[in-house]
Amino acid sequence: MRPLTTVTAVAVPLLRDNIDTDAIIPSREMRTTGRSGLADGLFAGWRYQGGEGRQPNPEFVLNQPRFAGAQILLAGQNFGCGSSREHAVWALAEFGFRAVLAQSFAPIFYRNCIRNGMLPAVLGGAALAQIAATVEANPVSEQISIEVASGTISLPDGRQWHFELEAAAKTMLMEGLDEIDLTLKLRSAIEAFATRDRVERPWIYLEDL
Amino acid sequence: MTPPRTLFAKIWERHRITDLPGGMTLMAIDRIFLHERTGAVALRGLQAAGRGVADPARAFCVMDHIVDTRPGRGDQTLMPGGQAFITDTRAAAQSTGITLFDVTDPDQGIVHVISPELGIVLPGATLIAPDSHTCTQGALGAFAWGIGSSEAEHALATGTLRVSQPRTMRVSFSGRLGAGVTPKDMAIALIARHGAAGGTGCAVEFAGDAVASLDMEGRMTLCNMAAEFGAMSALIAPDVTTIEYLKGRRYAPPGLLWGRAVKHWRSLVSDPGATFEIEIAMDAGAIEPMVSWGTSPEHSVGIGESIPASAGERALTYMGVHKGRALRGLPINAAFIGSCTNSRLSDLRRAAALLVGRRIAPGITALCVPGSTAVKRAAEAEGLDKVFTAAGFEWRESGCSMCFFAGGERFPAGARVISSTNRNFEGRQGPGIRTHIASPETVAASAIAGAIADPREFVR
Ligand code: SF4
Repeated sequence: MRPLTTVTAVAVPLLRDNIDTDAIIPSREMRTTGRSGLADGLFAGWRYQGGEGRQPNPEFVLNQPRFAGAQILLAGQNFGCGSSREHAVWALAEFGFRAVLAQSFAPIFYRNCIRNGMLPAVLGGAALAQIAATVEANPVSEQISIEVASGTISLPDGRQWHFELEAAAKTMLMEGLDEIDLTLKLRSAIEAFATRDRVERPWIYLEDL
Repeated sequence: MTPPRTLFAKIWERHRITDLPGGMTLMAIDRIFLHERTGAVALRGLQAAGRGVADPARAFCVMDHIVDTRPGRGDQTLMPGGQAFITDTRAAAQSTGITLFDVTDPDQGIVHVISPELGIVLPGATLIAPDSHTCTQGALGAFAWGIGSSEAEHALATGTLRVSQPRTMRVSFSGRLGAGVTPKDMAIALIARHGAAGGTGCAVEFAGDAVASLDMEGRMTLCNMAAEFGAMSALIAPDVTTIEYLKGRRYAPPGLLWGRAVKHWRSLVSDPGATFEIEIAMDAGAIEPMVSWGTSPEHSVGIGESIPASAGERALTYMGVHKGRALRGLPINAAFIGSCTNSRLSDLRRAAALLVGRRIAPGITALCVPGSTAVKRAAEAEGLDKVFTAAGFEWRESGCSMCFFAGGERFPAGARVISSTNRNFEGRQGPGIRTHIASPETVAASAIAGAIADPREFVR
């Protein structure tokens, strides 16, 4: 996984609450059993006229040239709610996003972010409104800088905000770690657990029955 | 004496392998369930990384999401590219050796319907699936939750998951449901009152007399919609109802193990005095049949009420309704009975009881999709299929069907649908489709009336 330590980039404001994963990547846009080819379907229902086809809807913020190359998304409360589809994070990442700053996140989406090198940073409503207002006025010159290690978000004029991130999540993001490899190193603890548990709850172990 | 513990804490501690630096815990995962929508990605990812499934006997997979529900179905689907999801999943399941319930398997059905039906989910077990409604299965007293595809890959490869301990919440329903009011209405009423994010990050235990008196299928409906409440999982303490339900099911503990398992399950209750981080009390007797008016399940009111003055413009515009409009009498175009929320035998029976000897209103498209092939068989044995078709409903093969839109089958553009599903998001049932979620009874009553209707007026 690509490590994420700092980002300085254009941010796009999409300050709605309850943006669900069907909105982020509609089910009909998940066309294969792979993890790629999803960027095109990102926010398809809003991004394209009539919600289908590929005629861009000029009103939608991601279609506005001034937000080209954006890597940071600003959102409201409960971002990523609904279906557990990890495709939502894959689509955002493939489109070029590296961080989402929101008032709150749906838990499955939040965990999916960490596993895929995407920063989910929680900020207060007032902070988000201020950042959005600044960015909205001038996205290209008002780029946002994020530093994962210190949990800092800054604007060019020096205003700063802080976000909290679990230490484990921070390490995962900054070092681009693969969780499965990490867990397989704990094999002896896993095996010790199973040996004990097989005696206590044998009905769980269907292969033995 | 050990301090009092919650049901959740007992399951959590039982499965804790080790605490990880940074606050997460490595948990043992007892059961993994995949479906063709999100499971193939996980299986293929695993294979691409050169890894196998740690314990194939405890991993299951079913074709439910994309699979066609029209009679005589095979691998073909109306969704462009849909067939590849089925064939890729089949190939990956077969080569990894996990148990597959394929398209024509007599046990095929929606994952959260067949897992309890087959006794795959058990009290006190941990069960994960890359599907947000996995919390449904907590109705059996399991810790069951939805995960992403990468986590599914992790669980398949290691038999474990890295989990942050959720907060605990108890929602106690006191009193008794009124006639014509159902567990679906309990769930919607809770979300309407406390918000779609009201249970965010919580393991929610449903408790109280009104929950204890529900049958297993009703408990599953209630737990199903914990996903719409933002919860990580839902749990109901196993009791006699749970144990009776599980007895003799295919994957339930056999022989002498049954008695040992039951003894263990009986200990799975929240001890008196155990504390929850959040407690919510609801009066079941005060709940009305509920119906949604907007684009989040929290946008819901009692059937006799009107759209509130606080309604947001965006939702109103999408739904084509206005503030102050009464829900009752709002004309509909289509009706859908199905989904992991409300497609079990008891749901179909209650809807059929309203439909018997009646016809749906002219011009309405109506569909009934049983939650599993076993439910379909049982319903047909009772003649329920005849009731539905005589009333003007289509009778389908089991699957998720039009609970969500995958690009193929759809209702006509702009249709207003009364639906026994769990999500009324923009576009959930297709671009521009306006979904009103409600109980199967309310769906049946509305289909007859041709407009949103109070099921209590149709009970005989
Ligand atoms: S029935 Fe609907 S909510 Fe349930 S698993 Fe299928 S798509 Fe998801």
